Amino acid sequence: MPLDAHIPSGPIEQKWQKNKFDLKLVNPANKRKYRIIVVGTGLAGGAAAATLGELGYEVLNFCFQDTPRRAHSIAAQGGINAAKNYQGDGDSVQRLFYDTIKGGDFRAREANVYRLAEVSANIIDQCVAQGVPFAREYGGALSNRSFGGALVSRTFYARGQTGQQLLLGAYQALQRQVAAGTVKQFVRTEMLELIVVEGRARGIVVRDLVTGKISSYVGDAVVLGTGGYGNVFYLSTNAKGSNATAIWRAHRKGAFFANPCYTQIHPTCIPKSGEYQSKLTLMSESLRNDGRVWVPKSAGDKRSPDQIPESDRDYYLERIYPTYGNLAPRDISSRQAKNVCDEGRGVGPGGLGVYLDFRDAFKRLGRKVMDERYGNLFEMYERITGEDPHDVPMRIYPAVHYTMGGLWVDYNLMSNLPGLFVGGEANFSDHGANRLGASALMQGLADGYFVLPATVGDYLARGGFAKIDTSHPAVRDAEREVNERTKQLMSIGGKKSADQLHRELGNVMWTDCGMARTKESLTHALSVIPELREKFYRELRVTGSGAELNQQLEQAGRVADFFELAELLCYDALQRNESCGGHFRVEYQTPDGEAQRNDAEYAYVAAWEFKGVGATPVLNKEPLVFENIHLAQRSYK
Amino acid sequence: MRITLDIWRQKNPRDPGRFERFEVPNINEHMSFLEMLDVLNQQLVSEGKEPVAFDSDCREGICGMCGFLINGEAHGPLRNATVCQTHMRHFKDGDVLRLEPWRAAAFPVLRDLIVDRSALDRIIASGGYTSTRTGSAAEANQILVSKPYADKAMEAAACIGCGACVASCPNAAAALFTGAKIAHLAHLPQGQPERMARALSMTSQAHAEGFGHCTTIGECEAVCPAGIKLEVISMMNKDVIKATLGGRASEMQTLAALPPSAAMRFFESEPPKKEQ
Ligand SMILES: Cc1cc2nc3c(=O)[nH]c(=O)nc-3n(C[C@H](O)[C@H](O)[C@H](O)COP(=O)(O)OP(=O)(O)OC[C@H]3O[C@@H](n4cnc5c(N)ncnc54)[C@H](O)[C@@H]3O)c2cc1C
Ligand code: SF4
Ligand code: FES
Repeated sequence: MPLDAHIPSGPIEQKWQKNKFDLKLVNPANKRKYRIIVVGTGLAGGAAAATLGELGYEVLNFCFQDTPRRAHSIAAQGGINAAKNYQGDGDSVQRLFYDTIKGGDFRAREANVYRLAEVSANIIDQCVAQGVPFAREYGGALSNRSFGGALVSRTFYARGQTGQQLLLGAYQALQRQVAAGTVKQFVRTEMLELIVVEGRARGIVVRDLVTGKISSYVGDAVVLGTGGYGNVFYLSTNAKGSNATAIWRAHRKGAFFANPCYTQIHPTCIPKSGEYQSKLTLMSESLRNDGRVWVPKSAGDKRSPDQIPESDRDYYLERIYPTYGNLAPRDISSRQAKNVCDEGRGVGPGGLGVYLDFRDAFKRLGRKVMDERYGNLFEMYERITGEDPHDVPMRIYPAVHYTMGGLWVDYNLMSNLPGLFVGGEANFSDHGANRLGASALMQGLADGYFVLPATVGDYLARGGFAKIDTSHPAVRDAEREVNERTKQLMSIGGKKSADQLHRELGNVMWTDCGMARTKESLTHALSVIPELREKFYRELRVTGSGAELNQQLEQAGRVADFFELAELLCYDALQRNESCGGHFRVEYQTPDGEAQRNDAEYAYVAAWEFKGVGATPVLNKEPLVFENIHLAQRSYK
Repeated sequence: MRITLDIWRQKNPRDPGRFERFEVPNINEHMSFLEMLDVLNQQLVSEGKEPVAFDSDCREGICGMCGFLINGEAHGPLRNATVCQTHMRHFKDGDVLRLEPWRAAAFPVLRDLIVDRSALDRIIASGGYTSTRTGSAAEANQILVSKPYADKAMEAAACIGCGACVASCPNAAAALFTGAKIAHLAHLPQGQPERMARALSMTSQAHAEGFGHCTTIGECEAVCPAGIKLEVISMMNKDVIKATLGGRASEMQTLAALPPSAAMRFFESEPPKKEQ
């Protein structure tokens, strides 16, 4: 099927303005007659719901947590990028655009990324007006820090809690609309199916997680801002509840899933401590501003770090990438950490760790300044490991962190299913094969505050669909599917919890489809995953009933969907016979071990079409055209 | 190590509930408290018994979803930490721990250790925001905010909305939570236009939700994982008094219409000391 991204014509600097002018407007008096279903209350969903409500639409907004303020965006630490050039260090929309395309290893759509860079400055204005307490200089102006993959200082931050503060800004805007009656909030309510009527997304089937009741909501458009699918690896920096059910259900109903294999492994996480581990904790990349990454020069050096003299240390990022040093992008830093550990130079239990050392920064800046910058991260580290980074270097190791892939969307963030819009981490749109630090928050808010409110309105104004209610046969069919699935999960009667079976899937994914992938490992995964899936449906046990608060059932449903998504991820990784960004195929590397792209054959978005569980999915391609940026081998040396 | 747990079991809001005893052998001290409960639940599932329901999501102390009492202490024995950030190394072999949900009239128990905290959302909805239209904001550096104020605002804004302050308060007051939002916005110029109206509406909403009156006992500050200080409550009280004395509705509207710099005249709290 041909994919049309609907990219506006004209020079890239004018595309968004032109598009905004071309978008149809809804008559203000009619807005309240349109009902928009927004699933998700993170930066993307929360900002979209609040803004659409403010514009006057009737918005129904859903999340599975007990309040919208707990969406996983809350956990983002480091910061948000914007091309404000407050530091006068040469930043511009053009540079942020270029850095993001290059950071994404030339696998993102130019027009989307340019728009992102363009609206980035408005995001900061918006958040400041909401009272987001960004860090400031003594003179009262906003302060910035640097993040990986950039040579300018364009990251805005609120201590180590930037995501929290941005999300609270969006949450408060949302609560304002709740009070105004434009947004109806449904908490502890999980979307389990998408309702499609005559080819258009018209509603969702949900389960009330407190009472277990299954019901449906229909409207004129559906917006998904349901986050990423990193938990397909079981262990990741995502929250325990983060899941792919909403986008997976939409995919099964016809929405294409784009670039599922583009997953980001973050270089600075606290290493795993045991088999019981339920999640991994990120140490913000901002630490790499002042921390230096190193391992002993020789394998098997078991001395404690303070006993290892300068001459026996290998500051490998500074050595290999003299220009970017410790601020080399995430994919590169993670791979190098894996390399030194594979050489036997890793530190800590199992040799799966590298040092992130603040000794020099403490000397240069003093404890007070350092604590001001990173105090809460130091505390967090100490709380988890029992070690104080003031005294000993941190030990870090890469972990699954972010998923660049997601549902395919056009320039207007609409999927190939008309009426289904997707924002934030749930879509594939802006980060190509690798996301730069502090760019997800930017994208979530750009989508939520500025893009979706304009483009959803256009879709509604164009019309062409009739009002429906929940008595429609498509609604009843979707509900029946949900009920049958619940019954199936409840009736297996095995001995294992969904969590246990999920962990087994995660092990396969991490080993075969993690930081380094090969044809063999992926073929292996594709043979093992269906077996594991069968095992899941044989050995699962869900206690209790469906008609009550039942966390085992919630989890079982999510894990069931991960089992299907995992397979698609491996198909995608296997078809992409090149290395790019977070997707590293061992067979395709430059002589010095960097990712080797193949632009002639793979400069496309892989958009997959669902054909049934266990059936081979169909690949559709959207060619990527680079008119403004010259394709080049990414270099951070 | 081995731990004995007495856990509150309650099937639904109508069930009277009771404690049930569990033994958890073979605990690794590096486990987090919630991972220890995961291990217990996995065991219960394999035996076909109902696992213990508890809330959690981020598991790193920021989302505010987790929380229950361990031996009567909200979030357990560790200061400035949530229960998900508490590791087993803080307990001893042979400890007997009693786990119960937050207890407050405004927080009905839904199941086991899970309570309904939506009253906190309604407090925010009653005024815990600035009324800015998306897309209409002024250039961010147009209004400068001196760093000490910005830092103070951030300190108050760090509240994670967990409800431990309510659970630990003998009056079940939500003063620390409400004060934190009022103080956050009151420390910033952007929060001035609606400052007085906000203080009044949020505090009256808290009372309407059934939270008690604050008598400055200070238990909340002691258990707060986000380090919110009692001073937010005094700031809230001052604003409420000011608003009640001087703030008839018409005046509030005049105040809201003034440019932020003029509204700043009403901003009378002591500026925090500049750091050396
Ligand atoms: C630890 C950590 C630190 C990070 N730090 C940074 C950083 O410093 N800078 C940066 O730019 N990015 C950072 N990121 C990435 C960034 O935080 C996320 O990509 C971004 O916040 C995702 O926002 P979102 O709105 O797309 O989704 P989320 O915030 O994940 O929100 C998902 C929402 O969807 C709801 N939902 C999901 N499924 C369903 C369903 N089936 N039914 C109902 N509701 C559902 C959830 O309840 C939730 O409300 C970090 C990520 C992590 C994990
Ligand atoms: S004030 Fe502290 S204890 Fe109360 S809800 Fe906020 S973070 Fe939790
Ligand atoms: S689970 Fe998020 S704060 Fe504990």
